[in-house]
Amino acid sequence: MSGLGRIFWKEVRELLTPATLVPIIIMAIVFAMLGSAFGGIQEEMEEKAQVGLIIDDEGVIGDFARASLNASTTIVYNGTDLVEGRAMLMDGEAGDALIYIPYNFTSNLLGGSPGWVQVFYHMKGTGLSSSLDSGKVGGALDTLSTDISYAMIVSNFTSNATLVLEPMVMSSTTFLNDKEVEGVTPSQLDAVLSQGQFIVPLIVMLVIIMAGSMVISSMGNEKENKTLETLLTLPVKRTWIVLGKLAGAAVVGLIVSMIYMVGLGFYYSSLAGTSEIDLEKYALALGIEDYVLIGISLFLALLCGLALCMILGIFTKNYKAAQSMTLPITMLALIPMFISLFSDFASLPGPVQALVFAIPFSAPMFAISNITLGYYWLVVAGIIYCAIFAAATMLLAVWMFKRDILLTGRVRSAEKKKFALGGLVSNLWRK
Amino acid sequence: MAAITVSGLTKDYGHFHAVKGVSFEVDEGEVFGLIGPNGAGKTTTLRVLATLLEISGGSVTIFGRDLKGEAPAVRKMISYLPEDAGAYKNMTGRRYLEFISGFFTPEKDPGQLLERGLHIANLKERIDDRVETYSKGMTRRLLVARALMIEPKLAILDELTSGLDVLNAQEIRRVVRAQTQQGTTVLLSSHNMLEVELMCDRIALINDGRIVESGRPKELKEKYGASNIEEVFVEVVK
Repeated sequence: MSGLGRIFWKEVRELLTPATLVPIIIMAIVFAMLGSAFGGIQEEMEEKAQVGLIIDDEGVIGDFARASLNASTTIVYNGTDLVEGRAMLMDGEAGDALIYIPYNFTSNLLGGSPGWVQVFYHMKGTGLSSSLDSGKVGGALDTLSTDISYAMIVSNFTSNATLVLEPMVMSSTTFLNDKEVEGVTPSQLDAVLSQGQFIVPLIVMLVIIMAGSMVISSMGNEKENKTLETLLTLPVKRTWIVLGKLAGAAVVGLIVSMIYMVGLGFYYSSLAGTSEIDLEKYALALGIEDYVLIGISLFLALLCGLALCMILGIFTKNYKAAQSMTLPITMLALIPMFISLFSDFASLPGPVQALVFAIPFSAPMFAISNITLGYYWLVVAGIIYCAIFAAATMLLAVWMFKRDILLTGRVRSAEKKKFALGGLVSNLWRK
Repeated sequence: MAAITVSGLTKDYGHFHAVKGVSFEVDEGEVFGLIGPNGAGKTTTLRVLATLLEISGGSVTIFGRDLKGEAPAVRKMISYLPEDAGAYKNMTGRRYLEFISGFFTPEKDPGQLLERGLHIANLKERIDDRVETYSKGMTRRLLVARALMIEPKLAILDELTSGLDVLNAQEIRRVVRAQTQQGTTVLLSSHNMLEVELMCDRIALINDGRIVESGRPKELKEKYGASNIEEVFVEVVK
């Protein structure tokens, strides 16, 4: 083998280790699952909007509107009573939106004024996917407006160019939980809500990656500088060593997150200042108790991340190896962050929900959208899960700190059986 | 009371048996040396005694405390200096000694421990420089000071002068010898058989995970008609 070949194979053997490959393979599988879960969005976009329709107008343009909407949407509810129609919409029996065309639609247009159309939306979730339905309804109404304009031109109905260009005036109302937000579509409301919902996942991801990297690097440094053995023979409990390292990284992580929050808070308040939707007016702004819940969730997720990193750090050999060990944590933080940009938790398909919930960092990332949508039980469930996960991973880290694996960096074959869940639980119980 | 009693100690790494039934006793105030070639099981034995590795078989008691069940109590009595130990590079030498002495409160006065550490390290004004700027000899002196300043009942020293020049090695041996005058028991390992001969009251020769001979250096040399311990070792393992 030539010199080039020898060096090539040495590099490949060094770089292509199970530690490098396994996280990448897992991530590929996860992304494949996510791809198939979200793959339906494109098909959904091509489907017609499902709407409920109430047309009180008995004039010719009312009939024309019914025909146009019949062609561009799937009408799942056809009623005459607005109160009943709104109730049907809230019950999910009137499609994505309820379109109401009042009795004077034709007479207004014939009189030279635009026809008034009212659209009621029921916003079931937040994120990009929640905007799709309202987008399709908006598209159908645009088609109706174009059809009316075209009919006016063909029939030489009027010479009022403004009326031809804008024959309809639309009024939108969005229902979110029990709150009625007037004058906005779900996509407009989501744009405002997502400004806040974007900040927390970003902060959680940044803090976990940074604080986690500190913990793993600390372990890598201890091993590389050969200070770990000294530390372990000092008269201090291994539990305190683990907790001390975690607490140090947690405090630094919280300081960092506060700095991020101040910066992003200014960014958010600047954006919110330009928004026309006053969330407080519709009781959609977060209260102090909501911020407390988000804070607890964030802190526990940080603990989970740090404890996981501590376990990964046990397997690291030196500072250089520690850097690559952060990859699985980075990926685990990126998955829920990206998903939170597209959808809220409740709107996700079942298997994706299970995957996302299992990642402890998801709890604070979805906390704001869950609170906004009224799913407080999901926030509390996330907090309980994170607390259990953090406690379990910290116990596991302490247990590993008492084992040879901390210094040898690998599981002895005789001990591999102990790493099976049953063996591990019984060992922890005995301790 | 014996300072150390090791009976049938075994240590396995999976299928590899690093220590295969080692037994020895060290008296209080004695300097006991484990000598042998690389990979003989010296460091593994010392790491087990220092509570770093779990015991696979056999038993170890240190000043009457069972290593398996009373490791925290053992850690209060011992001080372990690994062969290639390091100190926290971002700390100064003084800060490092302060950091370590803090772990021994309230039983011991950290101020006194620090003073003692500074005296043993003898790094003069360089004690206030960061450890990362120290030479290998200076770092080793700092670590010896760390290990001995707490006046441990048992000091476990692995390859005490490994990688040091003659002058630094001599100075460190002198410091350790002085410590034994204070009553500290010393268990040291080395593949430098001359060093062990110079420092130890008794020695055990370890090869392939087993103790193959033990006794006072002078007695062993007489027994094998050798002029030094290295020759004794060659005779024993032949």
